Amino acid sequence: MRKLCLSIVGIFLFCFGGWSQSSSSSDDYKNLNLKVEDVNIVSGYYSQNGNHSAVTGGIGTQKLTDVSNTIDMKLVKYDILGRKHNFNIEMGLDHHTAASAQYVSTTGASRAGGTRFYPSFNWQVENEEKKTTFGLGASLSSEYTYHSYGLNILFAKKSKDENREFTAKGTLYLDAVKMLEPSELRPATTTVITSASSNGHSGGDNIPSSARNTFDASFALSQVINQRMQVAFLTDGVIQQGYLGLPFYRTYFNDGSVHIENLPGSRLKLPVGMRMNYFLGDRIILKSYYRFFMDNWGVKSHTVSLEAPFKITPFVSISPFYRYYIQTAANFFAPYGMHTSNDQYYSSDYDYAAFSSNYEGINLRLAPTNGVFGAKGFSALELRYGHYRQTTGLIANNITMNLTFK
Amino acid sequence: MKKTLLVLFGLTLMFGACTSVKPYQKSRLNDSEMQLTARKVEKTENSFQTYREASSGANGGKTGGGCGCN
Repeated sequence: MRKLCLSIVGIFLFCFGGWSQSSSSSDDYKNLNLKVEDVNIVSGYYSQNGNHSAVTGGIGTQKLTDVSNTIDMKLVKYDILGRKHNFNIEMGLDHHTAASAQYVSTTGASRAGGTRFYPSFNWQVENEEKKTTFGLGASLSSEYTYHSYGLNILFAKKSKDENREFTAKGTLYLDAVKMLEPSELRPATTTVITSASSNGHSGGDNIPSSARNTFDASFALSQVINQRMQVAFLTDGVIQQGYLGLPFYRTYFNDGSVHIENLPGSRLKLPVGMRMNYFLGDRIILKSYYRFFMDNWGVKSHTVSLEAPFKITPFVSISPFYRYYIQTAANFFAPYGMHTSNDQYYSSDYDYAAFSSNYEGINLRLAPTNGVFGAKGFSALELRYGHYRQTTGLIANNITMNLTFK
Repeated sequence: MKKTLLVLFGLTLMFGACTSVKPYQKSRLNDSEMQLTARKVEKTENSFQTYREASSGANGGKTGGGCGCN
């Protein structure tokens, strides 16, 4: 045990010894005016199908489509002390249709579409002499049945030679879940409400909400290994408290009775991950990622992914990628009609089932120096397509496009 | 215990192999494909995986709050 402790102490002393290494200071001209550094537009289309909808108790269609659009703008300015200020403003809008949402009402009369709006703002100030960064941010996410307010604080420190960086971030989400219950389980006073996801549906303000609070402490350590390789170690400690289920997810017991899923009121999550990128030769990059996850609900998972960008030219690359994921079931999960009245917690949501998944696809990136398609300012175009399969039978396709303007 | 020691041994080897890389030697490390964070184009897939799987976090993305997933 003593050797183990000494090894850990040794590694950290070795890591943090790098802070004292010297490097030349920068006397570059600092622009005191606020200027736009880049603008990103990300658009995505996602579709899935399966036969284990949680709305109908673990059976029934999981057909769902989602169209998402976000635009973010990064602005930069230096202050008179030479510190660099980054401002990041983002607006996002998603629209989804979920076939199962119709069955919040037993007649299938509920509306299946919904829109989510999620702006965010982040500010970071970087002291290039001290190699430190401090940041604050706020976010909002609003949809018919769910509202969320987020706050975050960040601190980062680079070593003098900028070969190592440690980042700590704390994030707090204060969420509210509207208690929209399946029609047959709903109190008679709120029977007018039939939709899980439509905006502005009459009477929606009368539905009570339950709180869900999440606190995440996130840590990352990145390290340059040599001129071709760098690694990052990532971990989060996440505590969630409040109403953690969704009120329109049904669970059928073995006696034929139907109930709203009942999940524990708190959850502790601990993911630990590592990324390693290696530039092989002049054209190929190997990007690898591994994550181990565990929580106090009984879920353990492993995630491995590998992506290999191949540079056709210095400005055009094509990247095949593959991801494998496997998880154990949560303690309270059971399929349709398998729970008993003795169960304290119960759910037939297959997101908590034991399964494995495969995700593979391809990424195309164009970033010519004279602009994409010769358009000055249009600095990069990325297209990414992936196909996802779960052993539960769920199949999904996802396509995303990212346009970058500078 | 053996696994822990193996991981620590691996980390020691990795950090022991670190060399000080000067800014002018970072042309490959600074390549946009070499960044150690998830890229913007991966945003939507990180999002749907967070919804469809019970795990999240340790990838710079959301960890359960802020959306209708848990």
